[in-house]
Amino acid sequence: MAKIFAVTIILIAIASAIPIVMHMWPMPQDISTHGYLIDEQYTDTMWEAGLSFLASQFLLAFFIWKFSSPKPGEKIKSLPGGAKGLVIAAFLLVGTECLALGVFGVKAWASVYFTAPSANALPVQVQAGQFAFYFRYPGPDGTFGPLHPDKISEANANFFGLDTTNDPDSKDDIVTAEMAIPVNREIHLLMHAKDVGHSFYVPELRVQQDFVPGLDVTLHFTATKIGKYEIVCTQLCGLGHYNMKAYLEVMSQEDYDAWIKQQAALQ
Amino acid sequence: MHDMSTHAVPHGAPTSFIRKHVFSIDHKVIGKQYYALALVAALVGMFLSWLMRIHLGWGSFAIPGLHLLSKNGAPGDVMTPEYYLQLMTMHGTIMVFFVLTTAPFAAFGNFFLPIQTGAEDMPFPHFNMMSFWVTFTAFLPIVASFFVSDGPTLGGWTQYAPLSAIGSAGGPGEGWGVILWATSICLFCIGQLLGSLNFITTTLDMRCKGMSLMRLPLTAWAWFITSVMGLTAFAVLMPACILLILDHVAGTSFFVASNLVINDQMLAHSGGSTLLWQHLFWFFGHPEVYIAIVPGMGIVSHILITNMRRPMLSHRVLIYSMGALAALSYMVYGHHMFVSGMNPVSSLAFSFPTLVITIPSTIVVLIWLGSLYGSKLRINSASLFSLGFISMFISGGVSGFFLAQPSIDIMLHATYFVVGHFHLVMGVAAMFGIFAGTYFWFPKMTGRMMNETLGKVHFVMSFIGAYCIFMPFHYLGIAGNVRRYQAFTDDYLIPLIPVHKFITIAALFTGLAQLIFLYNLIHSRFWGKMAPNDNPWEGTSLEWSTATPPPHNNFGDKMPVVYHDPYQYSVEGASADYVMQTSPEQLKNANEEK
Repeated sequence: MAKIFAVTIILIAIASAIPIVMHMWPMPQDISTHGYLIDEQYTDTMWEAGLSFLASQFLLAFFIWKFSSPKPGEKIKSLPGGAKGLVIAAFLLVGTECLALGVFGVKAWASVYFTAPSANALPVQVQAGQFAFYFRYPGPDGTFGPLHPDKISEANANFFGLDTTNDPDSKDDIVTAEMAIPVNREIHLLMHAKDVGHSFYVPELRVQQDFVPGLDVTLHFTATKIGKYEIVCTQLCGLGHYNMKAYLEVMSQEDYDAWIKQQAALQ
Repeated sequence: MHDMSTHAVPHGAPTSFIRKHVFSIDHKVIGKQYYALALVAALVGMFLSWLMRIHLGWGSFAIPGLHLLSKNGAPGDVMTPEYYLQLMTMHGTIMVFFVLTTAPFAAFGNFFLPIQTGAEDMPFPHFNMMSFWVTFTAFLPIVASFFVSDGPTLGGWTQYAPLSAIGSAGGPGEGWGVILWATSICLFCIGQLLGSLNFITTTLDMRCKGMSLMRLPLTAWAWFITSVMGLTAFAVLMPACILLILDHVAGTSFFVASNLVINDQMLAHSGGSTLLWQHLFWFFGHPEVYIAIVPGMGIVSHILITNMRRPMLSHRVLIYSMGALAALSYMVYGHHMFVSGMNPVSSLAFSFPTLVITIPSTIVVLIWLGSLYGSKLRINSASLFSLGFISMFISGGVSGFFLAQPSIDIMLHATYFVVGHFHLVMGVAAMFGIFAGTYFWFPKMTGRMMNETLGKVHFVMSFIGAYCIFMPFHYLGIAGNVRRYQAFTDDYLIPLIPVHKFITIAALFTGLAQLIFLYNLIHSRFWGKMAPNDNPWEGTSLEWSTATPPPHNNFGDKMPVVYHDPYQYSVEGASADYVMQTSPEQLKNANEEK
């Protein structure tokens, strides 16, 4: 029984590693300027965690195999170095590993959160509500008009609660149900929640950020590959949560200019 | 050394059925009551997980009779999206609170902590009785919520505000469902606070003559450390739930910000904080992970020592490591909130202790592995589940490296990677601890043995099955599969559906194994082989010194006196392979740490 169990552990450990090694279900391709830092951090961590996983499981299996059928009269042996050796090993190995991951990880995190968007970043506001995203572009004046929650009306397609009659800044604002951005241009995303908590997750962009009702948060990123991607909600927001999504189209500058002109005409 | 100055309020053996089996103040009966509650809760929780998994694998499949559970939730026996979320929320709540907290801590702890410390009962037996009955009462609102008009809450076991605080405007179950949920958790917290007080006092004040703190078995230490965590963590969750209830019934706005709009209507709430709930919840929530797992660490250490015929390489290092896990557990809770909108500097501040907590975890694992080296390992159902616990703890632990880092969390947060991680490290590992404890202590609790063959079949199926369920969760998460979705309609998720089907089949297979356990448990309770003696596993701690099952005051006429550290196995020069704690035999080479 012990030997069967030991072999089972080994087989499970190897089988668990195969999909990772073979990239059977890999991370979606990275289309951002900062994503490589996250991916490098992920790969380093996978090496360290993967080796720790395999080594520990193999050792467990080996000890179960070896020490489960002692010969009669055999005496207990103690691991050379004892507990002290193991504690020192844990501090040195895992401590170094933690320190390294922690220190290097700061770089990737800082690239997303500790730098300000550049002056020419394109501002886009995204509003999350049960169960749809809407996007707002500031129009030719480059300024967003103020929001009036009491004016929000799905029926009148006033998703943001704009007052285009009285607010001059709102007059040229462009509201869309799909997000389009020019490739290789930094985007300054202003995130606003209408009702409950939601999240903005685009795996390819290496971006995930919760919306906080009552607190507008911002993000900035640059997409590097033209294509159509999905924005999905990752914060449980109600019965339609699974279906809350929008498309992100990364376009060439020319296509984007044509698209935004077309959207402006539709307002 | 303890002077025995504190005693439980003396109470004679009960005579009536009600005082003996229902409103009992005997810690052993209360322990069994907790176990029974956890068993019922586990069966309900597992049943819910089957329904969820079938729906995730084959969404349009009509589950025969499901409409009987909820007419609105399953018209034509097919689950609606909201009903999936409601069942998911109930699965999480029932499993985390009523199984993983109740069984390893409250059930086994109640039965064995006083015995292992050499006490005749807990110091406040009436509080102890109250603790169970309040916990039992806490289970009722959860059950009741299935039968209110729009069903139980759908907000997940974390109940993030403001969805949980705005009433039925938020969706089905967000009105009465949330009030019942918060009432249940509030009561549960009271039950655990009363229990924790008893555990702490028993450990500190009720030890018998000769039982110094370092002579306590690792189980007693684990329960003690857990009760300290319970006392502080549940004390935060309880007021949070009260505030949540007030947001529903008293028009307050603790967790709801101003100017929120639902269905084109502005909510009447104003001025609250969305993130406040998350801080309060996770300040409880992360220690809760350790409340679920630390008792398991104690239980499997205790069982392995008995079955390795040797003490751990270091008793003290294990105790200090469990203590370090408990202390650090309060400093790491923010890793649940890296992308919540909390100040990103805080994310880094929470990341470092989260990485550091892997050091005591690694030490515990290395001590287990290092102690296996050169041992004389006995294989039985209890030791197999203990070894399985170690394997699961390692697997669930290493994925923590990823989630401790905010930058990687950007990719993996709220995906199945997280679900796989916590199910392995907190769910399956803790369950394995419960199973190990059950197979090991069953003879002491009932006087009968469990069937070993069925136990081994149960183990093999559960071990393979659990890996088949939860390893693929990690792959799904890496591919970006968001959790808490009732269907996978996004273009990039559709290719992952076959993996979900595989997981569903594995879950049903693993569930079947649990039915074998249930049969074994019930059959052995009434018709199992009688325990051959009071000490069938040749253990050394106090529970093996007393009769089987133990008498009302645990030790009969003569209270025990302890002469040794708890684990005197394979001592050179001793008269036998093991020397009990109560044996006055002089040991020249005793297993003692100075």
